[in-house]
Amino acid sequence: MKFLPLLWGSLKRKRIRTGFTLLSILIAFVLYGYLSAINKAFELGVDVTGEDRLVLRHKVSFSIPLPVSYGPRIARIPGVVDYCHANWFGGIYQDPKNFFGQFPVTPEAYLRMYPEFLLPEAQKQAWFANRTGAVAGRKIADKYGWKIGDRIPIQATVWRKKDGSSTWEFELVGIYDGATPETDTTQFLFHYDYFDEARAFGNGTTDWYIIRIDDPPRAAEIAQRIDAEFANSSFETKTSTEKAFVQGFAEQIGNIGAILGGILAAVFFTILLVTGNTMMQSVRERVAELAVLKTVGFSNRAVLALVLAESLTLAGLGGGLGLLIGWLAILQGDPTQGFLPVFFFPPEDIAIGVGYVAALGLIAGLLPAVQAMNLRVVDALRRV
Amino acid sequence: MSTNNLLVSVKNVHKVYQRGNERIDVLSGLNLEIPRGDFLALMGPSGSGKSTLLNLLAGLDRPSEGVVSVNGERIDQMSESQLARWRAGAVGFVFQFYNLLPVLTAERNVELPLLLAPLSLAQRKKHVQTALAVVGLSDRGKHYPGQLSGGQQQRVAIARAIAADPTLLLCDEPTGDLDRKSEDEILELLQALNQQHGKTIVMVTHDPHAARRARRILYLNKGVLGTEPVE
Repeated sequence: MKFLPLLWGSLKRKRIRTGFTLLSILIAFVLYGYLSAINKAFELGVDVTGEDRLVLRHKVSFSIPLPVSYGPRIARIPGVVDYCHANWFGGIYQDPKNFFGQFPVTPEAYLRMYPEFLLPEAQKQAWFANRTGAVAGRKIADKYGWKIGDRIPIQATVWRKKDGSSTWEFELVGIYDGATPETDTTQFLFHYDYFDEARAFGNGTTDWYIIRIDDPPRAAEIAQRIDAEFANSSFETKTSTEKAFVQGFAEQIGNIGAILGGILAAVFFTILLVTGNTMMQSVRERVAELAVLKTVGFSNRAVLALVLAESLTLAGLGGGLGLLIGWLAILQGDPTQGFLPVFFFPPEDIAIGVGYVAALGLIAGLLPAVQAMNLRVVDALRRV
Repeated sequence: MSTNNLLVSVKNVHKVYQRGNERIDVLSGLNLEIPRGDFLALMGPSGSGKSTLLNLLAGLDRPSEGVVSVNGERIDQMSESQLARWRAGAVGFVFQFYNLLPVLTAERNVELPLLLAPLSLAQRKKHVQTALAVVGLSDRGKHYPGQLSGGQQQRVAIARAIAADPTLLLCDEPTGDLDRKSEDEILELLQALNQQHGKTIVMVTHDPHAARRARRILYLNKGVLGTEPVE
């Protein structure tokens, strides 16, 4: 504590330079926060998927539908415990920017398949009983201010109704919560039966099946068996674990982790150079003062610690504020208007961020601190 | 001179610098004894070794050969960390160009050597106030060096040198950057520190006017000490 005025005085020496360096570090750590949240959003989809769930889709493309008549045949295959199916609806709520997933599903089977979707029993029964009823995840319900009983109009982009209308109206009968913070609470789910009866075309088909199996280690074998069941049919299938399915979906955009990691590495390397340069200049300008400190009794180690503390303070202020601002900004929500189903600054990444702050301070300060430590008073004073 | 009264003892000290293949003998077998309470002015031409001798007495440099003792302690044999600890309590150093830290107030500058001592905040404050009072700057503690005149800055530097209450004060051209009026004030202050506070002072100077304020004057020429100036 008693060295604080000395540290603070050193940082105040060149206010503009210190200010710009702090700002650079701050921006880097805000960016780190955002990239961590985005990376986690993609990773979580993969991490939280059930190990005992398989996803079955058309062998050629995800966009080619499959007959719903496959369901009972899937159920008969040894190793399969349960199944449900879902479609991609792709409608618009009020504005195309309001993006969230809407899925016609078989309610009972879907909720059995995803026990992490927590829906109160009364709402569950209300949904089962109401053909035009829908349930929404807490995140989008809060986002759009929906309450139970609200009527939610969704404008179809693909699925026109038989009566020629493109507007599908649903009654919100339930709002589900996630069992963990990682659970996707941005889905909007409604009855497949209602959807299938009312749509103008494509009746009797679904986009994908979700299958629960009894023995996850045998997932590959069971998947093979399922695909063999439908081999040489008009709708050949490709079955994979849900994890592989979600991973493949995410990787359509690219290897997100590698891209974000590359950006972060470049940002941190740059910020290391900026901070290191600031510290080098700061020490170079203070050769005489450091010599005075040694003259009045500061040991070489004390001078080393002082310069390192200065570098750590600089990194700590900028990085700490950056992490805080990043965290607060991320709390405001997903900047992609719902494309990322989960968006938060993971606590483990905050801890890693604190580690990065400390590493930045130490690495940037190390060389100038060693130079200051090795400074000979007599030489330093002769130079002045 | 009795051993008890002897504060500084320099015996057969050599200081050699090597510049490429050239060997430069700055001090050659120098001997010096400084009793407690002395005020010694060291004079001599540039390059005569005055500052080198002062640096050896302050433990800022080491002799190539010989013995340097202060208050009975062989400082030429101390490690770097021992020397740092020793400097913090045993010696005060006053520079020609004050060398105050511009980002700290006068009080904070004076406090610097005390930061290393096991003192509470209140004790440090008391030491700082006392030192500033001795140099007549009690009312300027909150001022930054840039807000003070050259003479006042040198007073703050002297307050910093005496804050830890060392026995020995080493002054390297303390009036070299001052006008005559400020110079006289600083010299009077040094005399007061010597006569009223019992500080032993070694002052390097080029200025005979300043040197005359000391109790005795020694002349250094080509690494050899004498009592008479060398033409």
